[in-house]
Amino acid sequence: MKFSESWLREWVNPDLTREDLSNQLAMAGLEVESITPAANAFSGVVIGQIVDVQKHPDSERLQVCKVNIGSPEALTIVCGASNARVNLKVAAALENAVLSNNLTIKNSVIRGVASQGMLCSTKELGLQDDSEGLLELMQDAPIGKSLWEYLNLADFVMDVSITPNRGDCLSILGMAKEIAALTECDLHVPPIHEIIPTTPTVLPIVISEKESCPCYVGRIISEVNAAAASPVWLSEKLRRSHIRSINAVVDVMNYVMLELGQPMHAFSLDKIKGGIEVRKASNTESLKLLDSSEVSLNAETLIIADQEKPLAIAGVMGGMDSGVILETQDIFLESAYFQPSSVIRSSRKYHLNSDSSFRFERGIDPTLQRLALERATELLLSIVGGKAGPLIEHYQENFLPQPKTIELRSHRISKILGYSVPEETIEKILHRLGFSCEKTKEGWRVIVSSRRSDIHLEVDLIEEVARLYGYNNIPSSMQLASLQMNLFPENKILLSRIRLALCDQGYHEVVTYSFIDKHHQELFIPGCSSKELLNPVTSEMGVMRASLWPGLVNTLLYNQNRQQMRVRIFEMGLRFVLEGSEILQQRMLSGLVCGSVWPEQWGAATRIADFFDVKNDILNFLKLTFAVEKFIFKPGAHPALHPGQSVEIWYENDKVGMMGGLHPSLAQRLKTEGKVFLFELFLDKIEKSALPQSSTISKFPEIRRDIAIVVSDAIPFQAIQDTIRDVGGELLKQVDIFDLYQGKGIVSGNKSVALALTLQHSSRTLIDEEVTDLIERVVIALKGRFNAELRG
Amino acid sequence: MNELDELLLHAESQIRQANDLKSLDHYRVSYLGKKGQLTEYLKNLGQLPAEERPIAGQKVNAIKQKIQVILEERLTALKETEINSQLSAESIDVTLPGRGQLPGSIHPITKTRERLEALFGQMGFTMMDGPEIEDDHHNFAALNIPELHPARTMQDTFYFPDGSLLRTHMSPVQIRTMEQAAPPFRIIAMGRVYRREFDLTHTPMFHQIEGLMIDENVSFSDLKGILIHLLQNFFETEVPIRFRPSYFPFTEPSAEVDIGCLSCKSKGCRICKNTGWLEVLGCGMVHPNVFTAVGIDTERYSGWAFGAGIDRLTMLRYGISDLRALFENDLRFLRQF
Repeated sequence: MKFSESWLREWVNPDLTREDLSNQLAMAGLEVESITPAANAFSGVVIGQIVDVQKHPDSERLQVCKVNIGSPEALTIVCGASNARVNLKVAAALENAVLSNNLTIKNSVIRGVASQGMLCSTKELGLQDDSEGLLELMQDAPIGKSLWEYLNLADFVMDVSITPNRGDCLSILGMAKEIAALTECDLHVPPIHEIIPTTPTVLPIVISEKESCPCYVGRIISEVNAAAASPVWLSEKLRRSHIRSINAVVDVMNYVMLELGQPMHAFSLDKIKGGIEVRKASNTESLKLLDSSEVSLNAETLIIADQEKPLAIAGVMGGMDSGVILETQDIFLESAYFQPSSVIRSSRKYHLNSDSSFRFERGIDPTLQRLALERATELLLSIVGGKAGPLIEHYQENFLPQPKTIELRSHRISKILGYSVPEETIEKILHRLGFSCEKTKEGWRVIVSSRRSDIHLEVDLIEEVARLYGYNNIPSSMQLASLQMNLFPENKILLSRIRLALCDQGYHEVVTYSFIDKHHQELFIPGCSSKELLNPVTSEMGVMRASLWPGLVNTLLYNQNRQQMRVRIFEMGLRFVLEGSEILQQRMLSGLVCGSVWPEQWGAATRIADFFDVKNDILNFLKLTFAVEKFIFKPGAHPALHPGQSVEIWYENDKVGMMGGLHPSLAQRLKTEGKVFLFELFLDKIEKSALPQSSTISKFPEIRRDIAIVVSDAIPFQAIQDTIRDVGGELLKQVDIFDLYQGKGIVSGNKSVALALTLQHSSRTLIDEEVTDLIERVVIALKGRFNAELRG
Repeated sequence: MNELDELLLHAESQIRQANDLKSLDHYRVSYLGKKGQLTEYLKNLGQLPAEERPIAGQKVNAIKQKIQVILEERLTALKETEINSQLSAESIDVTLPGRGQLPGSIHPITKTRERLEALFGQMGFTMMDGPEIEDDHHNFAALNIPELHPARTMQDTFYFPDGSLLRTHMSPVQIRTMEQAAPPFRIIAMGRVYRREFDLTHTPMFHQIEGLMIDENVSFSDLKGILIHLLQNFFETEVPIRFRPSYFPFTEPSAEVDIGCLSCKSKGCRICKNTGWLEVLGCGMVHPNVFTAVGIDTERYSGWAFGAGIDRLTMLRYGISDLRALFENDLRFLRQF
């Protein structure tokens, strides 16, 4: 809510600088977003009156004005504005005046006529972004007075952020009441008079939706001069609240809304056929709104209609056709209470946010409608004239918010705040807020002021007490609670431990967005049925990721584009997989490797990371489970991976992840550089840890035997290892591969595999014969299963 | 016996000139070996008259010992020379960099999360987790934000066609926890949250921490105490802290908490918009309507809750000036952590 500081101070004027006031408001929950000058500085501009207007001898457009500025001789000023006319009070910039755009005014000769200064528009004065013609001042403006002083431009605009519960502060009246309560300062509410009708004209009004519109007050004012200009004091106040001046009638509606907080609307009476009905729209109706948009209405929408057609969306916006224009002669004023829920429904449905809907949604004071109408009438009569008709009032009391009576118990205040505010202080605070209270056995019975629609419960009053007492005056205390030890299960690996394991292997943790581009996702998972957002920020963030890989590859590209060619990254986060209509939100650990294993350095050849480097990195963190041997890597397939370089990772009968090289055609399409390897594992399935169980270390010597076999290239190492383990039994402690060779001396299509077998007995030294025997059995088994030959 | 003295002189000269262990060993054998010259003398002692034997024996033995000492000295000297030459041959430029893998980094947001988890863990708070795609009930309705509440426009929410949504805060985790168990509660929840905002100071995805404590005697003044300790421990400085009334549908009373600007030490600067204060979290006493929604007795129990942006805490802690850097994952940025 933006408003003029001096306007506020007309109502309540605490002895505080604006900085102190702003601070006090902030500490009461009304954050002051900004304080800005009401106008950019200008000087040398005085109030003048045009006493003569002649056509310029050498121009169709220009006029030569004589302007009385209170000095003995009137000034001659050449002016191009069409509204320059005799008797008009104007803003005259004299010689050496400096306007807000830093333009200095000099006497000059314009097409042969000497001009002593310039007559100004609001735009030239820096008061508005655009304007037509000269600023027209009221007839009582004192000739010769500085315009800066006359318009009180040394004012400031305060912008206060109002939380949704404090709709009562969306007016000068509300802010003033709040400040009066905070500062214990007197409130000056200008008197509002009851208007005596001077014409009997009334309009038939039917309220068909009494629940949504429990109060509707209206009045006709006939024979107005809608073309009359708004007085400058009024348009200036509107301007300082960032509301555009439209015409005098509309300006008064806005003014009363700003002043009292009651949104109002004025209709052209001649556009209302028969009378007013407040009803729900039908699905076939439509309405052209004040902002020129055309909306199709629906049966949910509360509207103001006449006998034929919709005129306005209740509480949100009026229709274009029934609005007041300069030619309007008779007007009908509306001041109503619309239920917040009804207005919210409409403003959401039509995406309309008006100053009016903003206030109705937050709940206005249900006792204000008649008062606001009287206030508006009084202002209108003085500005546009006319004859006021009698008030037309429709109330449905049972649907209006009722005054709330709340029991406030002093022990609850102490329990919630943890501090006992003195009873007399509590009473004083309630009183300052305008709540009446009566002492009871446990505390007070409080009747809440009608303007505070946010207060329903005892805690709401407790908050008010705390707020006015000052949150910072309530001492802090250290929580007392019973000690209880939390679980510290050792069968679950801490995520931080997995992160550290990766970090120590050179990986950087990244955080990428959970929503990605649909087409990008489909490159990785063709035909993926992605969970699509209804209202994404951009289509690049349109669907929930079904894998973390697209985000990681984008991160790779981002870094490669910035000359960072060695990329080792991982991310932990959810992926979102649609299974039928069900969405699975799965915690994943994913990684990407591209570039050298080690950073480039002296004394070590740069080696580009391959499949096995990444596999080892994975095994290293799987070792944290103390069950790494149970994880099996099986050749697998994934559309984003190289078919010859991809594995599924299994734990017993459970697939726990995938790993492999990025498919070359995808790499080409995405324009990645170098070999890229990816992995993705279910965190739920790899964070379980076995409790290590120690076994006795054999004291007897280990024996190592090396064998080299030649087998077909098609035989996977895993099969060879499994066979050796089968045959080796308990004596075989370890099988390691220490060389893999293809080339000269080995028939094409075969490979030579060199293996080291470590044997040990738990309770005695092995004898030569049994070692030899075991190795023989191994060789026979390998020959039998894989046609393997011992290499000579 | 002159012969023996000469032999000693000769041996001494030869041994001292021996330049390596091999030639030294050669001399040892040639004098003291089984067929060595001195051994021959000893063997021949038996041919001497009996009365001369002891003296001659002593003499030979004395010479033998002397030669042994000389050999020993030479051996030590040669070994030392050998070590010295090895040392000088093996000298390296110790200022060259080391070799091997360089560690990566933990994302700064994770660093903050781990610190927060540790700080609350000390006080017996348990970490809770929940889904990111949520339903209206857990994200709004149960939190005293009914459908037509104006506060729903405070948070621009991402929706899915089926009416589900991306959680806009961590509060659904609190609701789920309260629905599934009975008080007392002492929990924190951290994770990704989503709001439909994307500009210089907002990303559509960010991170939040929320804490909740419910017990029979939990008050606003306790909330103040715990948050003051949290912020001072998190920033490791006695930073000034103030509580401002605010509004959240799920707490009453509600507060926003400001810390003195860390950048200008509360003097006023661009970062704190010249106010000297930085808003870091929101908090309050759990609203009775929330208790009612999850079936907790509002007369018996009270509770506090707070929520803070982890990204903002991270930026303040590590001097990160651009929020977007947290999600760009530029390795040059990440290497700093």
